[in-house]
Amino acid sequence: MSKRKVKETHMPVGECISQYGYIFQVQMILRERFCHQRLPEKPVGMESQHKHLLELLRRTAVHGESNSVLIVGPRGSGKTMLLNCVLRELLEVKDVNKNVLPVHLNGLLQTDDRIALKEITRQLNLENVVGDKVFGSFAENLAFLLEALKKGDRSSSRPVLFILDEFDLFAHHKNQTLLYNLLDVSQSAQAPVAVIGLTCRLDVLELLEKRVKSRFSHRQIHLLSSLSFIQYLDNVRSQLSLPQDFPDTNFYDEWNDGIKTLCEDQSVVDVLQRHYNSSKDFRSLHLLLMLALSRVSASKPAIKPTDLLEASRVCMVDSKANILHGLSILELCLIIAMKHLNDIYEGEPFNFQMVHNEFKKFLQRKSHSIHNFDKPVVIKAFEHLQQLELIKSMDSSTAKIQKEYQLMKLLLDHSQIMEALQKYPQCPTDVKQWAMSAFG
Amino acid sequence: MVRYFTRLRMRRIYKWGGRPYIFDRKLKSYGFEYLNMSVEGQEAVTTVTPGQYILIEGNDDEYPFVAKLLKFFGDESHKQKKALVQWFLRLSEVPQNKKLLLGRSPHPQEIFYYLGRACDNEINAESILGTVDVQHVPEDTPFPEPGTKDTLYVKLSWDTKAFNVLDPVLMQDTPASTPPKPALPLFPPCASPTATPVSRGPVRRALPTPDPTVMRRAGSVSDTRATMSAGKRSTLEAESIHSASKLSASKILSAKRRGSAADTPGVRKKLQLSIGASPGKKMTRADVLCELLDEEMESEKVISLKLSSSVSHSLQHGCSLSPMRSGCKTPNGQRRFPWKLSSISLDRLSPTALGEQDLSSDLLLAVIPLALEDEVFEAGLPTDAGSANTPKKRQATPRRNYVREQKATTPSRRKESAMAIRKPALGVLAEEDSEDSPMQPIALTPRSKRKSAQLVSLRIRKQLNLLDNTQELISDGDDDCFVPSKKDLQSSSDEEKTDSEEETRGRNCKTSVRTPCKTPSKKDLQSSTDEGKTESEEETVVRKTRGRNCKTSVRTPHKKPSKKKDLQSSSDSEEETMVRKTRGRNGKASARTPCKTPSKKVTPSTPRHATPSIPSRTVPARQPGNILEEARARLHVSSVPESLPCREQEFQDIYNFVESKVMDGTGGCMYISGVPGTGKTATIHEVIRCLQHASDMDEIPTFRFIEINGMKMTDPHQAYVQILQKLTDQKVTADHAAALLEKRFSNPAPKKETTVLLVDELDLLWTRKQNVMYNLFDWPTRRHARLVVLTIANTMDLPERIMINRVASRLGLTRMSFQPYSFKQLQQIITSRLNKVKAFEEDALQLVSRKVAALSGDARRCLDICRRATEICEHSTSHPSSAGLVRMNHVMEALDEMFSSSYITAIRCASLQEQLFLRAVIAEFRRLGLEEATFQQVFVQHRALSRVEGLQPISVSEGLAVCQRLGACRLLLLEASRLDMLQRVRLNVSQDDVLYALKAVRD
Repeated sequence: MSKRKVKETHMPVGECISQYGYIFQVQMILRERFCHQRLPEKPVGMESQHKHLLELLRRTAVHGESNSVLIVGPRGSGKTMLLNCVLRELLEVKDVNKNVLPVHLNGLLQTDDRIALKEITRQLNLENVVGDKVFGSFAENLAFLLEALKKGDRSSSRPVLFILDEFDLFAHHKNQTLLYNLLDVSQSAQAPVAVIGLTCRLDVLELLEKRVKSRFSHRQIHLLSSLSFIQYLDNVRSQLSLPQDFPDTNFYDEWNDGIKTLCEDQSVVDVLQRHYNSSKDFRSLHLLLMLALSRVSASKPAIKPTDLLEASRVCMVDSKANILHGLSILELCLIIAMKHLNDIYEGEPFNFQMVHNEFKKFLQRKSHSIHNFDKPVVIKAFEHLQQLELIKSMDSSTAKIQKEYQLMKLLLDHSQIMEALQKYPQCPTDVKQWAMSAFG
Repeated sequence: MVRYFTRLRMRRIYKWGGRPYIFDRKLKSYGFEYLNMSVEGQEAVTTVTPGQYILIEGNDDEYPFVAKLLKFFGDESHKQKKALVQWFLRLSEVPQNKKLLLGRSPHPQEIFYYLGRACDNEINAESILGTVDVQHVPEDTPFPEPGTKDTLYVKLSWDTKAFNVLDPVLMQDTPASTPPKPALPLFPPCASPTATPVSRGPVRRALPTPDPTVMRRAGSVSDTRATMSAGKRSTLEAESIHSASKLSASKILSAKRRGSAADTPGVRKKLQLSIGASPGKKMTRADVLCELLDEEMESEKVISLKLSSSVSHSLQHGCSLSPMRSGCKTPNGQRRFPWKLSSISLDRLSPTALGEQDLSSDLLLAVIPLALEDEVFEAGLPTDAGSANTPKKRQATPRRNYVREQKATTPSRRKESAMAIRKPALGVLAEEDSEDSPMQPIALTPRSKRKSAQLVSLRIRKQLNLLDNTQELISDGDDDCFVPSKKDLQSSSDEEKTDSEEETRGRNCKTSVRTPCKTPSKKDLQSSTDEGKTESEEETVVRKTRGRNCKTSVRTPHKKPSKKKDLQSSSDSEEETMVRKTRGRNGKASARTPCKTPSKKVTPSTPRHATPSIPSRTVPARQPGNILEEARARLHVSSVPESLPCREQEFQDIYNFVESKVMDGTGGCMYISGVPGTGKTATIHEVIRCLQHASDMDEIPTFRFIEINGMKMTDPHQAYVQILQKLTDQKVTADHAAALLEKRFSNPAPKKETTVLLVDELDLLWTRKQNVMYNLFDWPTRRHARLVVLTIANTMDLPERIMINRVASRLGLTRMSFQPYSFKQLQQIITSRLNKVKAFEEDALQLVSRKVAALSGDARRCLDICRRATEICEHSTSHPSSAGLVRMNHVMEALDEMFSSSYITAIRCASLQEQLFLRAVIAEFRRLGLEEATFQQVFVQHRALSRVEGLQPISVSEGLAVCQRLGACRLLLLEASRLDMLQRVRLNVSQDDVLYALKAVRD
């Protein structure tokens, strides 16, 4: 290591190369972190939950005690991360390692019990029993699996960990057959199982049918972060810092110092505060940091406050206002006409004819720069707006009513329109004035 | 019976003495050191302690039963006082024909150590009359001079077959802890049950136990409840606690004493009704008969008969004939007597009757108040016994002619005599009942104690029938199973005699198939040497025939009705061919069914007999290490408790229902409702376990238990498939399965065992046409189905709500609902599960059970909370091993975790913008006066609020994101997001909660 340091000081070219290498490594490490490819050493701010879950699963694995538990927390609060940390830790225990069979299911993938059953059978490697063949009917599958679970007993068969991501979606399956059966197994003397549900719905228990609910143990682990802003800042710093085992101490020190000063910068703190106010979860933070990180290169080997500001701007940008920037003048005029109609009629729906009239009034009275458009052209522009979902048809039965008379509503806020006008490149002043004038 | 009721009785008061000690945790029975007895109004207190010899109240006041007291125990409530005893017999209690075996004249105060296993050695302590002195006299020393009248002498032991020299060791001291456990149904002393009925089959015990030989035979055949006593103690006790607690026969006795039937459960009421109804009717009958017999007997000078007016009221004409009333005390004697009587009367012409005379003069008679009950009981004897008559009919009885003659002249009398015979002659009864009374469906419900109302009504009808002197018993037989020919009837009385004699020899009744019964069986009695010879002969035959008879036993009764001809001449071979025929048919049927199925096999992919299983673990599961872990393991819902506390009544009801159906070979439905976690399925499983055990012990016919669960199938029609698969192991499609089941349940088949079908989560079997439910409830009503359907669902009014009339009607009205557990019950459940593992503070348990009882009464919830509390307790201390009891605060924490709503915490933990949005929502609601607003409206408020708060206003996209996040947690209810700004927003929490949560945040 010291040898290399010597090298670096004496050979600027080599230093450049190694610098590039380090930056590459930094990006690797941090991207893994931000994209949830690598689990953190220890889940932050959820120690008690971690302990609870670990204990629970350990008991299933070691004592063969059946359990069921729900991990509830808002999106991005780290439910899966917590579970994965626990599983990793659990599998490190020697006794447990070969003794548990985790089965991962996701409510978004296994959209009904049939698919879920096949997936379970596959993950338990039970299909080998029937000689690799594709299973028969759904009913047979269910009977087969239940039979398999029933045959086991507490002391001799391997515990099965059923991990149900998006648990609430399983509750929408017909009769909740799968949940009933899994929970029933967990409450009877069959093969030991642990049913772990992950969900962001706080009212998930109300989704369960009463007999399913009765079989659930009612353990819920809530992941509700009560992180203060200071902790949040600390967390940002630690997220951006390099790990101890980074190969080059010099670069390591440099980078970490840079991060420390970055987090003390007032503009950065403001940006983070804004983010913190909006949401406390780590996923949105990671998105922000990821954007900032992508601006780091060999020529700019550190994250600067401007990077973070820019990233924040990108994150916070209003998508609708962005779309407005791409509209033609005619379409923009129609939007303004709609805005006026909204003002006049207090948000009542309008139709094309009304918008067109409003637009014509503007052309006749105030317009200097805009020429008259043929009606078909205006209709086309109107339809384009509809396709962009800036306006939305109110009545569902579109077929019967002529296009011109369909009732529409504008899906834009005043502020969005005004903001877009401000930023619209080379917007004619008469259009701007029209937009700002009250009642057209 | 009248006498029994009206007799003035001293009321004795019994009190436990000494400190109770627990000797059976499962039963929760307590042992006691001694019992204090006092007679009302008198000062004197008698103390009875184990090891003493006691007198036990019996039928005869002058000669109570004698026993040695081994142990006292009672149940938790101290209401029931029971005692374990070692019985002694008086000679009068020894079966008539065995008395000769003694080979000398008995000493008047001689008793015999009872070695038989047939007698229930558990008695009601309240039937103890007092203590008595018993002395052991060595074999070769003569009896001491009669000193005090109270001293009894033991010299020999009696093991139901022979008198043996008594091992002095037995008399020395029988350790109370290891009472001689009877392993087989009882005998002589078992007469005591009348007086001291305890536990077990509630009603049955109330009845005098039948002649031992019958019992023995029945036991060996297959299904006598009495073998219960032979069963493993543990399970029996498990059962007995149920029955004892609720329907204990001792209750009946006391109820009877009080002359009020009001407080006895329904079953018993019915029985008593029939009992009560009978004496009046019977009496006239009996009187007539008595007179008749008297005349005959007097003329013959066979026995000197006296009509004792004191006895004349008794149900049993036999009593009126008894020459030495005083001597008789056992039901055995009584029972025996009547048939002897009849046989005497019948045997008038037969020269062999002489032998009988001697015996009958020895005969001791007593009043049986419960003669009818006897009969009821006997009806309850095994079906096999019923079927066993077939052979007997073939016996050539020389006396038949006489009988016929009698019948010709006085047909009604004949029947009466038959009736009389039937009633008391317990030994014969099983057969007789089935043979003689056509109304009785064959093998009808043994154990009538199991309240089959049907049986009772039958009985009543029969009595009415007899009252009317209807000659045509047969015509009455609506239960076609059994329509014996008149000839059969005639001969039956003869056969009874021979049979019973043979039975008393302790032989299986089936022997009569081949016994050289053509030789007047009386001879056997005359000379014991002869008997020995024939016995050995017969036994060899028995061995040959027994197996076959057992197999065909179920079938034969059905067959009988078709045979109207005189069976006398029919040979064994005929029976065999018949059996073969039926078997062949059966075989064909079973052979046929499979061939149909395979062709239809749809799913070749899944091997039919794949044996899936979860791979086994490499390291065995660790056992619980400390007390808390132990407690946790015990509290897990899955751990099967040793007994189910708090559901005794339900257990008993279901048990009775299923048992009676299994015994009758009939079918029926039962609907059980109750909210989740009230032990419905567990109770049924417990019932089935007990029944299965009983059938293992050959106390009831074997049956098949099948369980399906509406939740464990993908489609209601899969129910057919699962049932069929569990019945026959075939895999077919739903439609085909339905057809096969239909056939199976509607066609008669030999050797069909009863099927008990448990349908869990019945409501999920609902289909639009309801054909699944319809079939499930229709099959049990078929005659040959032998199907008992137990259904479970959560709602009490399910039949009314979702079933169409024809389905609900078939389900019937046998319903039961499991109430949610009360806090006391929950507490009991936990305590019984913990079973002395001291892990919880008493208060903590009470808190949990009260809380759960108030919310749902769900036992599962209760157990889960307790389990969680142990975890919290374990974590609260640094060393898991040092963790103490689970205290109040641990339980509180667990309760909070499980019951507290997380909404408020969720709001407090939400980000600033999210909280602001919620406030905006409330503000907008207030402005609109509605509980609903569009996002656009709320967003305007939100922006205004953020300006007030000095925050930078957020963009619409951000606002929508915030809104969606809240919607994902279900703090807000949102419309579909494609509506964008127009989506409507509602709160999923009350406004007060939101404001409360937000206020707390700001403070």
